[in-house]
Amino acid sequence: MTESAQKPSLWRGGAILGILAAVSTALVANTYHYARPLIKANEQAYLEQSLRPVLGGIKYEDELTKSLLDLPVPHGLPGSEPAQIYRIYADGNPAAALFIVSARDGFAGPIRLLIGVRIDGTITSVRVLKHKETPGLGDMIESARSDWLLQFDATSLSSPGRESWRIKRDGGEFDQLTGASITPRAIIKAIKETLLYFESNSSSIFSTRASDQGDPS
Amino acid sequence: MNSRSISSSPPPNRLRAGLWDENPGLVQLLGLCPLLAVTTSLVNGLGLGLATLVVLTCSNMLVSATRHFIRSEIRIPMYVLIIASLVTCIELLMYAWFPDLGRSLGIFIPLIVTNCAIVARAEVFASKNTVRASIVDGLTMGAGFALLLCALGAFRELIGYGTIFSRLDMLFGGEPSGGLVLVDGGFLLAILPPGAFMSLALAVAAKNALDRRRQLAQKNKPARAGPKPARS
Repeated sequence: MTESAQKPSLWRGGAILGILAAVSTALVANTYHYARPLIKANEQAYLEQSLRPVLGGIKYEDELTKSLLDLPVPHGLPGSEPAQIYRIYADGNPAAALFIVSARDGFAGPIRLLIGVRIDGTITSVRVLKHKETPGLGDMIESARSDWLLQFDATSLSSPGRESWRIKRDGGEFDQLTGASITPRAIIKAIKETLLYFESNSSSIFSTRASDQGDPS
Repeated sequence: MNSRSISSSPPPNRLRAGLWDENPGLVQLLGLCPLLAVTTSLVNGLGLGLATLVVLTCSNMLVSATRHFIRSEIRIPMYVLIIASLVTCIELLMYAWFPDLGRSLGIFIPLIVTNCAIVARAEVFASKNTVRASIVDGLTMGAGFALLLCALGAFRELIGYGTIFSRLDMLFGGEPSGGLVLVDGGFLLAILPPGAFMSLALAVAAKNALDRRRQLAQKNKPARAGPKPARS
């Protein structure tokens, strides 16, 4: 008796759930269909906006995503995460390489860095893309919070010289941050390693073909 | 549906219930995970508060509209389906319309699904009341939650960074702005996780203190007038 009473209600419940699932899926699918081009455009704009500070005024020709080189680990660049290189051409010639690498030894996890290097090995500029450093101390590495990062503009391995790529406390040329020395050390080390990588690999960077599915995230 | 059911319970009370007497965050202490995590600045609190408000109102509306089909044994999966698809839509629209805010709030937009305040309103209110009443309930409860998020965000931003209204452009467009800088630098603890708990504790304590003071004032008045026997 109870079985026959339960059966239809079970079927009805299932049917209701099924209909609701179909309706919800349609809703989400439609929203996705509407939002996807907008989100794509936003991501592209965000990419260009975040790369612009380290472009150093170089006018690039290709779409940025087409010049992307995705390097899985191990890649010889700093960081234990995949690295990316945007290759910038001006008048058909290599003009600069923009590196996205990670500084490993931050105070709280890896610091994702964007480093622009001109073809002659000088830095255009450096930006922090992502970090978990302590708010108020280590987050002074954000260019929005202090101009600490700007001291690397126009530096290279020959100026101030290889041995001077340290904070002043360690006998180098670069300013430290009040209350935080682990974070600056990690960043300086990562920038120096990137410059060294560029020095020995610059020709192969620009001769490698672009990765086909350039989907930066 | 019919407008009589809503006028039968006066709106001021309902507004009061959502904003104060039954505030989801302050009194029911629901949805604390996003509440504590994102309130590092006013704009973050406002953004997540508005997103939660929209989800809560829509989910209340849908749950109430389908309440005659909802059988008690499948009601939880139905709530989950409704809320999860709403949140997914909100997340997509957030990244489409307010990409900066979306990046700033990050994982906490999808985590609105887990905000128990929303399931609680679906179960306690929307499944038993008319569509209109449920929408009003969603709006007021959502507003209460959003206001608390804003208040905590503003408080922590002010103490922690010494600024207020910074990066409001993420919601309203325009040039990135640092907001009103009142003090250069701030008291770091307020932005860190312990500061979140302390700020919430202060808010709850302040609310209780205000309530108690009002109760005392009410008790004293009739006592002087005489007609009400004070038992406790």
